Amino acid sequence: MSVNPYLPGATVLDSLLFSRIQFGANISFHILFPTISIALGWFLFFFKIQHIRTGQDYWQEAYRFWVKIFALTFALGVVSGITMSFQFGTNWPGYMETVGNIAGPLLAYEVLTAFFLEATFLGVMLFGANRVSPLVHTVATFLVAFGTSLSAFWIIVLNSWMQTPQGFKMVDGKAYAVDWLAIVFNPSMPYRFWHMMLASFLTVSFLLAGISAYRYLRNSRSPANFLVMKLSLTVAMVLIPLQIMLGDMHGLNTLQHQPAKLAAMEGIWEGGSGVPAVIFAVPNQKTRSNDYEISIPKLASLYLTHSVDGEVKGLNDFGDKIPPVAPVFFAFRVMVGMGVLMLLCSWIGRWQLRQNRQLPKWMARVLVAMTFSGWIAVLAGWYVTEIGRQPYLVTGVLTTAQAVTTLPAGMVFSTLFAYLVLYVGLLAAYIWVVFYLARQADAKDAQGHPAPKKTDSSFSPFGV
Amino acid sequence: MSSMDFTQASVWLPLFFFVAMGIAMLSYVVLDGYDLGIGMLLNRGNDADKDMMIASIGPFWDANETWIVLGVGLLLVAFPLAHGQILTELYLPVAAMLLGLILRGVSFDFRVKVNIEQKPLWNLLFYLGSLIASVSQGIMIGRLIVGFDSGALGWLFSLLVGLCLPAGYVLLGATWLILKTEGTLQQKAFRWAKNSLWLTGLGIALVSLATPYFSTEIMHKWFSWPQIIWLSPVPIATGILFLLTLRSINALEKKSTQKEWLPFACVVAIFWLAFFGIAYSIFPYVIIGKVTLWQAAAATESLWVIFWGAIVVLPTILGYTLFSYRIFKGKATALTYY
Repeated sequence: MSVNPYLPGATVLDSLLFSRIQFGANISFHILFPTISIALGWFLFFFKIQHIRTGQDYWQEAYRFWVKIFALTFALGVVSGITMSFQFGTNWPGYMETVGNIAGPLLAYEVLTAFFLEATFLGVMLFGANRVSPLVHTVATFLVAFGTSLSAFWIIVLNSWMQTPQGFKMVDGKAYAVDWLAIVFNPSMPYRFWHMMLASFLTVSFLLAGISAYRYLRNSRSPANFLVMKLSLTVAMVLIPLQIMLGDMHGLNTLQHQPAKLAAMEGIWEGGSGVPAVIFAVPNQKTRSNDYEISIPKLASLYLTHSVDGEVKGLNDFGDKIPPVAPVFFAFRVMVGMGVLMLLCSWIGRWQLRQNRQLPKWMARVLVAMTFSGWIAVLAGWYVTEIGRQPYLVTGVLTTAQAVTTLPAGMVFSTLFAYLVLYVGLLAAYIWVVFYLARQADAKDAQGHPAPKKTDSSFSPFGV
Repeated sequence: MSSMDFTQASVWLPLFFFVAMGIAMLSYVVLDGYDLGIGMLLNRGNDADKDMMIASIGPFWDANETWIVLGVGLLLVAFPLAHGQILTELYLPVAAMLLGLILRGVSFDFRVKVNIEQKPLWNLLFYLGSLIASVSQGIMIGRLIVGFDSGALGWLFSLLVGLCLPAGYVLLGATWLILKTEGTLQQKAFRWAKNSLWLTGLGIALVSLATPYFSTEIMHKWFSWPQIIWLSPVPIATGILFLLTLRSINALEKKSTQKEWLPFACVVAIFWLAFFGIAYSIFPYVIIGKVTLWQAAAATESLWVIFWGAIVVLPTILGYTLFSYRIFKGKATALTYY
């Protein structure tokens, strides 16, 4: 712990702590919106194609309703993303100084190939429908969806490289690229990318289903609304099992490349052969063991190594280089628990909709409550992977503490406070507006003409 | 400098990226400048004006703002050593700018989606966000010119630039409105443009006087022989452009000309010249007097990787940007999703 040169009395540790909280808050806020816009872009493209293919106006109606939410989501993603691009420099100067030669080109390619594409064609997609041909408008919709996914690809390439770095050499404490193909296609990249893509589709499925159920409970009988509900539950029903399989493969990859993270996820302190699966526990970093542990013998070895006596390393094998165990352990369980809940909801809901039946009211209420369930699972998943990587920022190359700013803690704290206030306000406004737009769309349906300007503004997404 | 071998990639690649970064930053200042300017003018219009003002930037603002990501991205990518230092020095104005940009970007979308009672709140946030972002960008430019001098005068100068840049943005925004609107709103834009023209002119003059005072480095570059001769067209041309802007606005008001694009084009040219002045003054430093662009450059091998991408992709970006401006050419119309 060194003394902060700008403010005697405060230590660099405070800056580290506040910087971490600030970046964590920022990244958590940011990720909510791309998570929706990645898949929602493709859903919109699908609506568009269906409209052209079938000539049915329902699809057009669905496009028009959901494109509003897309625009709002996109705007929030853009502005919070700009914040992140600056925070690399303001809060983590050591990061670019050490691995800038590798992180730089990856970020540059994201901006060059994806950012401009999505931002430019977003204008055409949102406001150009009357100015361009239907074909150009469809192509613009496609390019926005494509750009958003491409952007996710580059970011995940960089993140994966930080988790499982390869294809570089260190000279005088700086990383130099040796093999770009190895850097891009690093060992954890494919798992991480598809895991995130599926997570995005699942998040959007539940958003679509939740809002459609909300409108249904408010007596919307728009065919478009029903169609979207059915489509989203079908997509969720099919993709969740895929996500579970992929998650398992991702776990095996983590076992191979980041064993300390995996041990933290599983709550395994003592490694060896035939390790138990910990169902519940409170990991205790001080005693380096679990309190209140409930576990099933040998099960972890079985599902991790596919052999009852398989060798698994425990946290105690890594000395001090282990992540904070409890957050990783619990976040992992939140993610898995949320996944199971989503699986049940989508299967039951889709079964109830068979042969164009209607949802029972209770199920519609459950779906409304699950509207943003994808966000919880995605955040939990990212906490697992990001906290699980600690104490490293780039595994084995750079620790988080080495990269942090030496700015006065008070400065970092004041901006942290401002960001937090803004984020909480915007998140509330976003959720409110999503439900408000749903109410507005129904008012329009009910009266056959545009909704009156004055409407009930009470916030009651769950008080249906 | 004279001993530098410009056939070496390690010499010309950093220079290429210095220029590219400059172009990205200038594109940002001009493009986001006009929509930030409109944000700062927003509360001077009535409700119908406000909707039309926003409609004039609706299809563009998002792509406009992307240029700052490219500018900072290139700083980050090509000059990683300077990136950390600059952004650490500029920590507070950067944070303020980001908060402003966030407020503005989301208000733009929220204001059309919420019910009528809440619209004034989001309009106000759009205005405040634009103002905060513009003032902090001005302060950042000021800090950069004084080489992060932490004395009272250094800060005073930075604050001065912090007030001048918003005036320039308002000028850009007002001339953009002249181009994109008609009727009473356009009449108001004539007045806004003329008011901000004087403020911008005063600002550029003050900054030009103060800059050599604060940096002996820059003073030597401006006033040593023979540079002073071939630099003199810059202030002269700037002056001519100011007069031309004023004349063309007056002519448009009297309806003696149809060239609604001319004031905007002149102001863009003024920004070009001012930007060239700053870039020339700073060159070859990334941080004045401390770090040159070659000292701060990333590994040549990494620069090559981006170079090829940039060569292919930048013309493509330029192409579809022009395509989008062509789609939305002519007077702005009410924004609708379909």
